Amino acid sequence: MIITDVERAVADAHRREWAFVLAATARVAGDFDLAEECVQDAYVAALDTWTRDGIPAKPGAWLTATAKRKAIDTLRRRQVLRAKMPLLVEPDEADMDDFNEPDAVPDDRLRLIFTCCHPALAREAQVALTLRLVCGVSTGDIARAFLVTEPTMAARLTRAKKKIAAARIPYRVPGASELPERLDAVLSTVHLLYTTGHTSPSGADLVRADLVDRSLHLARMLLSLMPDEAEVRGLLALLLLTDARRATRVDARGRLLVLEDQDRSRWDKAFIDEGSRLVVDSFRTGRVGRYALQAAIASLHALAPSSAQTDWRQVVGLYDRLLAVWPSPVVELNRAVAVSMVDGPEAALEVVALLATDDRLAGYHYLPAVRADLLRRLDRRTEAAAEYRAALELVDNEAEREFLENRLAEVVESGSGRST
Amino acid sequence: MAQYAVLIYSPAPADPMSITPDYLALLEAYGPKVEALGGTIVTGFALQPSTTATAIRGDVVTDGPFIEAKEVVAGFFILEAPDFDVALQIAKLNPATIDGGVEVRPLFTPPSQ
Repeated sequence: MIITDVERAVADAHRREWAFVLAATARVAGDFDLAEECVQDAYVAALDTWTRDGIPAKPGAWLTATAKRKAIDTLRRRQVLRAKMPLLVEPDEADMDDFNEPDAVPDDRLRLIFTCCHPALAREAQVALTLRLVCGVSTGDIARAFLVTEPTMAARLTRAKKKIAAARIPYRVPGASELPERLDAVLSTVHLLYTTGHTSPSGADLVRADLVDRSLHLARMLLSLMPDEAEVRGLLALLLLTDARRATRVDARGRLLVLEDQDRSRWDKAFIDEGSRLVVDSFRTGRVGRYALQAAIASLHALAPSSAQTDWRQVVGLYDRLLAVWPSPVVELNRAVAVSMVDGPEAALEVVALLATDDRLAGYHYLPAVRADLLRRLDRRTEAAAEYRAALELVDNEAEREFLENRLAEVVESGSGRST
Repeated sequence: MAQYAVLIYSPAPADPMSITPDYLALLEAYGPKVEALGGTIVTGFALQPSTTATAIRGDVVTDGPFIEAKEVVAGFFILEAPDFDVALQIAKLNPATIDGGVEVRPLFTPPSQ
């Protein structure tokens, strides 16, 4: 089948304008289900109309006007038997519904994002809603990304939308006093999307590229909408700097490669440059939070010519600052790895031994994996083997499993005296 | 304006007669805070301790609350608020959240004609 210019334009508008169109339509429709329906219809109508009349100069504005008109028509028809509670839309300073002026459509994307990531919704519902409503991903695709059946995902989305309507969760951008907490929920949703795509928690594929691209797209959208928020900048930087290494995380056979074994010449230079610039910018604002700090650590790795030439002392310093704003045993574990590069594996083992008593890390396969690696570096093979086995009990990602199995095989190879 | 039931959970048996003077002072300060945030308490009730509760399941009558738990319903009030975010803000300030917690549930209104 030949893809026409119009089809390409519609697909492009779907990728780029979906959030804008849906956010504006939801405000008129007062209901996410109706808004989704009308936006879908508008995209279908675009194929015909654009083929006949040509592609409009502002496809997003055309789609918004069309979807809004459909919503208004449907509401008029339904007026008498309206069973659903309307979405609680905060009145806007300038409410513009003038279809003759399609340029004057207010940007409601932030309202949409904050509503999808409302802390009263379960994290898995926030993620699903964001993919469906902000990114326009189909329910079936979301279900496949999160390894559940389509009916399960559909039910999850319906439940979340019902709660938004019934509890009267307002369709608005939170005020200044609530913003830091609410923004954090948005950022962690986008980050979770990225990590789910980057290291899929189970299954054979280490990278689920689509989720990664969606999360980068979301982070860029957020930064364009909130250019003054240092943490939004920090998040985009973190995603870019982590993703710059995407191609080298596994070898040609799909086996996991640790940082020191990765081919740095294949890291994405453009992503590293952009990410590092964003880190510098966010540090200039002075309100550095956990994303900017993690991004700063990632940029030290990305800019170092080799693992040995990494500024590990500064990495440890940044982990200290990170722990101050975000006390977490996982951060302490990562800090321990950096400590091993500055003060040696022995010192790091002491830190890890303390962490092992933390219940929150029970069942976390990186804890025995880190410990195993430190013991391996100290040539304490028997102990290392036991820790690799413990990590293997807990891991469920295939690529990580194979990596751990290979390391285990290395340390049990008796008396080979091979150094690493 | 939307209406919510705010269910108050306290450590069992949640006896209102054993409320401390400190807690009472917090409760008295709560009303004005609710109003300052734009909410209205339509009505509210405190309950006798859960040791006085009787549960009926099917045709079996048992002594005690319907669900055995460390925390029990101590009371509830109906809150009117402009939206859910305001309702949450108000619920967060309730002194019950110190050693128990609250649950916010929107009231059901049958679909109107």
